[in-house]
Amino acid sequence: MALKMVKGSIDRMFDKNLQDLVRGIRNHKEDEAKYISTCIDEIKQELKQDNIAVKANAVCKLTYLQMLGYDVSWAAFNIVEVMSSSKFTYKRIGYLAASQCFHEGTDVIMLTTNQIRKDLSSPNQYDTGVALTGLSCFVTPDLARDLANDIMTLMSHTKPFIRKKAVLIMYKVFLKYPESLRPAFPRLKEKLEDPDPGVQSAAVNVICELARRNPKNYLSLAPLFFKLMTSSTNNWVLIKIIKLFGALTPLEPRLGKKLIEPLTNLIHSTSAMSLLYECVNTVIAVLISLSSGMPNHSASIQLCVQKLRILIEDSDQNLKYLGLLAMSKILKTHPKSVQSHKDLILQCLDDKDESIRLRALDLLYGMVSKKNLMEIVKKLMLHMDKAEGTTYRDELLTKIIDICSQSNYQYITNFEWYISILVELTRLEGTRHGHLIASQMLDVAIRVKAIRGFAVAQMAMLLDNAHMLTGNTQRNGICEVLYAAAWICGEFSEHLKDPLQTLEAMLRPKVATLPGHIQAVYVQNVAKLFATVLRGQEGVPDRQVAQETSQLLIDRLPLFVQSANLEVQERASCILQLVKYVQKLQQKEVQVAEEVTALFAGELNPVAPKAQKKVPVPEGLDLDAWINEPPSESESEDEKPKAVFAQEEQRPTRPRHPEVDEKELARRREARKQEQANNPFYIKASPSSQKVYAETPGVEHIPVVQIDLSVPLKVPGMPMSDQYVKLEEERRQREKAERKKKKEKKRRKDKCGRGHRAESGGESEEDITPAHTVDIVTEEMPENALPSDEDDKDPSDPHKALDIDLDNLVMGATRRPLVDNEKLPVRAHRPPDALKSPVEGGEGEGVAQEPKKKSKKDKKEKEKRKSKERKKSKEEKKKNKHGQERGEEPEAGSAEEPAAMAAAAEATTPPAVTTAEEAAVPVPEVVPDAAPVSEPDEPKDAELEEPKSSKHKKKKQKKEKEDRDKKKKKRHHRHHSDGGRAESVRNGEEEEEEEPLPPMSNYCLLAENPYIKMSYDIQGNLQDGSQVVVSVIFENKSSSSSFLKCMEFNVLDSLNSKLQRPEGASPHEAVTIPFQLPPGVSNEARFVFSVQSIVMPQKLKGTLAFIVKSEDSSTHEKLDFKLHFTCTSYMITTPCYSDAFAKLLESGDLKASSVRLEGVSMPFHHLLARICFHHHFSVVERIDSCASMYSRSIQGHHVCLLVKTVDQTVSIDAKCDEPSLLENVLQEIKQTFAKC
Amino acid sequence: MIKAILIFNNHGKPRLSKFYEHYTEDTEQQIIRETFHLVSKRDDNVCNFLEGGMLIGGSDNKLIYRHYATLYFVFCVDSSESELGILDLIQVFVETLDKCFENVCELDLIFHMDKVHNILSEMVMGGMVLETNMNEIITQVDAQNKMEKSEAGIAGAPARAVSAVKNMNLPEIPRNINIGDISIKVPNLPSFK
Repeated sequence: MALKMVKGSIDRMFDKNLQDLVRGIRNHKEDEAKYISTCIDEIKQELKQDNIAVKANAVCKLTYLQMLGYDVSWAAFNIVEVMSSSKFTYKRIGYLAASQCFHEGTDVIMLTTNQIRKDLSSPNQYDTGVALTGLSCFVTPDLARDLANDIMTLMSHTKPFIRKKAVLIMYKVFLKYPESLRPAFPRLKEKLEDPDPGVQSAAVNVICELARRNPKNYLSLAPLFFKLMTSSTNNWVLIKIIKLFGALTPLEPRLGKKLIEPLTNLIHSTSAMSLLYECVNTVIAVLISLSSGMPNHSASIQLCVQKLRILIEDSDQNLKYLGLLAMSKILKTHPKSVQSHKDLILQCLDDKDESIRLRALDLLYGMVSKKNLMEIVKKLMLHMDKAEGTTYRDELLTKIIDICSQSNYQYITNFEWYISILVELTRLEGTRHGHLIASQMLDVAIRVKAIRGFAVAQMAMLLDNAHMLTGNTQRNGICEVLYAAAWICGEFSEHLKDPLQTLEAMLRPKVATLPGHIQAVYVQNVAKLFATVLRGQEGVPDRQVAQETSQLLIDRLPLFVQSANLEVQERASCILQLVKYVQKLQQKEVQVAEEVTALFAGELNPVAPKAQKKVPVPEGLDLDAWINEPPSESESEDEKPKAVFAQEEQRPTRPRHPEVDEKELARRREARKQEQANNPFYIKASPSSQKVYAETPGVEHIPVVQIDLSVPLKVPGMPMSDQYVKLEEERRQREKAERKKKKEKKRRKDKCGRGHRAESGGESEEDITPAHTVDIVTEEMPENALPSDEDDKDPSDPHKALDIDLDNLVMGATRRPLVDNEKLPVRAHRPPDALKSPVEGGEGEGVAQEPKKKSKKDKKEKEKRKSKERKKSKEEKKKNKHGQERGEEPEAGSAEEPAAMAAAAEATTPPAVTTAEEAAVPVPEVVPDAAPVSEPDEPKDAELEEPKSSKHKKKKQKKEKEDRDKKKKKRHHRHHSDGGRAESVRNGEEEEEEEPLPPMSNYCLLAENPYIKMSYDIQGNLQDGSQVVVSVIFENKSSSSSFLKCMEFNVLDSLNSKLQRPEGASPHEAVTIPFQLPPGVSNEARFVFSVQSIVMPQKLKGTLAFIVKSEDSSTHEKLDFKLHFTCTSYMITTPCYSDAFAKLLESGDLKASSVRLEGVSMPFHHLLARICFHHHFSVVERIDSCASMYSRSIQGHHVCLLVKTVDQTVSIDAKCDEPSLLENVLQEIKQTFAKC
Repeated sequence: MIKAILIFNNHGKPRLSKFYEHYTEDTEQQIIRETFHLVSKRDDNVCNFLEGGMLIGGSDNKLIYRHYATLYFVFCVDSSESELGILDLIQVFVETLDKCFENVCELDLIFHMDKVHNILSEMVMGGMVLETNMNEIITQVDAQNKMEKSEAGIAGAPARAVSAVKNMNLPEIPRNINIGDISIKVPNLPSFK
């Protein structure tokens, strides 16, 4: 045999392995693709061979090729083959390949389900581990559904190595199969307190991921996380938790208050920068969430800012970057605290690292105020001169504009300064943001009326010096500003000192080199200027200037008429004709100025950028419907979108002047309309917007502009923004002095509320009066604009499906327990409504402790109420508070009842303790380090309102804290005593740990001797109607340190039931158990039996043979046992809806039987839970003390129960299509209750 | 969540790529190329974070990378991961590689991509951090390698011999291209496990 293998591998050794492939590729640098394609051919050959080792080798090589970008999906089936190899080596290769190239669309993936399941339950932990790792990469909804239950079982595996992987992969399962979240959540939560730090960290990881997407569902876990945060020393876990808190605090401000202290402590104590940073971040989040309510957190803010300063000053670029990042978060709510570090941030602008510079820029954006805007912008301008690289310079430019224009130019006190800044920016070479500057110029000129005169002068200068800007004619280049300049000069030409000069500048031949859309604006505005010139010459007796102007236009315009750009051409020929006509009139000495001016009369309003979008669609208008027959393909190709625009319906135009030739006017109108349509700054004169204009306080209604002449309006030469900085300083000084003299606060004449704030603020930045009181015209919005519809969440977000309410699961309340159809598709049984009905005691040690616990709890409860009453009497005066307290009382009273239950639950399941307790006893949770979330009322408020009561409270808190500590210890202790037991079932079926339920176990003793203890459970196999699975837990009990090995399990088969032995084994051969047992350890093995008839219970005799190996000796031992196959064990928990259930009963195929149980003292829901649990039923419906239940056998027999209880007597009426099966099941139920 | 882990050398040649979301091979290659393009033009003395933007996912994502001698280790993560934490994780990863390969160099990664994957899978699983304790990672990796060896048994002997022979005349295996500063610990995270 060995020889054969050696021979096989000698044949193999001349195959290329991965190293050879890599080497080959490196040696064929020139013809790599060709080499690889021959390699792929070889691989294809190898994959055809039977030898799994050859296949694995080939798959391994494919994985490498996949990384190089080669599609290897054609080998998917071979990968599955390698995955299913029994050897770990090959299995690992297979899973690696699968994890690299399988995805949801891979069809062979469905073939893997059973293989993965087998690997998951493999006795070798590394097989399981590899399967989990692989699965985490390619899990599909189908796989998730089919394997969810197996993975859940693994979450309680004995090995932490498996546990942590299983916990982690649950997140992927949830994503793909959201239904699994509710059933799996309790166990996941339990893993937060796993003894192994790795498992704990995995659980924290998963819950943080879940909570990040749907934080509100996880608020109730806050106390638990709080505990972890204060106890854990693992920085990874701490970081995750702290990040999670950052997501939770916005939802629950009370949580924030509690967090501040421990977080501050952590900030002070930790040496890990990563942790420090996250703490600061979360404190910031807390402060943001509190910013409205609590003003007194300046200490925390200071601390954060201080720490961030340290980070920013650090030489480590990473810390610097993160410091700036966090700083920008503080900035949003507490700009003042950041502003004091302006020096530092400006310093960062000099950093060599671009990411840091950009971050600093971001910060500056939020730091500006009226006071420092000029200064900051000045610094930025300096940087711009120094900055190399256009990207960064462009970034600076946009930032300057952003900073200045933010919140409607809130911080600009002197618009002349701003215009001159914009003009200076135009000198920036090679920028791509010409368009941005242009739109700013337009915006300011249109909206700030007072500035128009100055703006026009500056723009005229720009037009004059246009040759400096025309160098860069590319799209969005700086020449875009000429667009704005031309338009401003034209539209507000009345402010021009020398319109003729500007007109000449605009008609220079060089203009023809500008982009078309700019030329078009030039042409249009030339006409406007022409009108202005004419009007200026109106009264002048000498007509020469006017006629010369006309002649100038007639000379120059033909240049534009020849333009290749249609728009320019059309407008130019229009205007040319107009001017020719005007010239004719001029020669007849007719006064034309008024008519020509009238062409461009009227005020323009700015329109909000989103106005168009917000116009509501009128009722009955279907925008998608065709207005005419859909045009043919060729037609639509001919038409350009602009043409479509021009064909819009007639809009009301400006006042007509019948004197002017109608035809000519119509043409002009058309041209003008077209220009308007293309110019975003033209208000589209639709009737609705006119109406708005009339209703809202428009331009006319804004208080009259007052120009403060303390600032000279004209600065000689090209504008220098610096001059303004100085002038502004002087102005401010002067004003300050004046103010002192007058001592009169009311200086502001504009109606904005700013003056208001200034009064209270003393010498705040608001005191700075703008140089000219400026009416910033608000942008227009259409009538009944639709509310903004942003923030639409992406419907395809997978996390949406995980928005599942988990509170009731966590809190153990009965609001919405798991219902039948929410269970995972299970191969094992589990009580469906176990949550609803925590069963008292279970069996074993828990029961003994319960009464004691309960009494203690009661005592505490009483104590609590007493103290509350005391408090109440003190608060007698506080009426509303009192009312609240009263409102609370019934709650506390009713909480007492569940408290007993909770106590019971607590007594046996340590992990569930915290939550159950919280649900039952809300008030003690006021203790500072406990759940703020579970506080039912606002004791915190009481604390603020009444110092007396708060004092009292503190005392109480202290006491309770002690109490808790005691309890904790106790709990801890109990946990240990439970330990052995928990251990013994850990690897087994999941029901015990699944929900916060006392561990009920179906495992019963099989046999026992001084060396070994065997307990077992039998379940039906859902997939195969003739199989049952027997899970046996073997526990090494031997006192001395002896190993148990070579365990062999054998059963004497009966005619009806047979042990399934491995293939090739003889019918009586024993089954070897695939593990050894070190002393004190237990493990589980499963055996499959095939059964024929299931209507009768039966027993099988068997033997376990094993070797006891101690240090000095080893002995063969034997243990006989009897496997008892009850009829219950053939039942499978199957959910059933009440309508289906009713149909089943009506069908009449079922035989009835009944049984009565006397003296059953347990509560009804406990009784139901027991039946569910031990006999694999599910509750169909429950009304008061009556319930219908359902189960199905592995062979498809329906069993229906109607359970009623009256005074300790339980009657069960049952129906089933197989009477003997029913009889037996009922007998077994009876026995179950006889036992307790 | 970690969206992807990439290792490539100074020339952009991929040495390991692990995507935790599915992309086609072409997209993967493009992502690697673009990431290399972004990362390689940065100086060594600038910060290790890059707002990758459109690369994978969206604006929520960041590239966090470290550059060791000839190799870039790039993690693409979303906002739920701590930036400094991930930097540290990269360090742990590299140190683990260093231990497992005994003074790791680029050639180890080139010839043993599968082993690197195996190590990585003990650290990060399905995009989530599984283990940050180096000793624990090494223990598990060693245990699995041991198992592999025991499975190979005698049958594996000839193959091993052959591969030893093949490697003997390899001029390129010298281990002098080791990652120089690999032993530099992140100084400011002493208590990080």
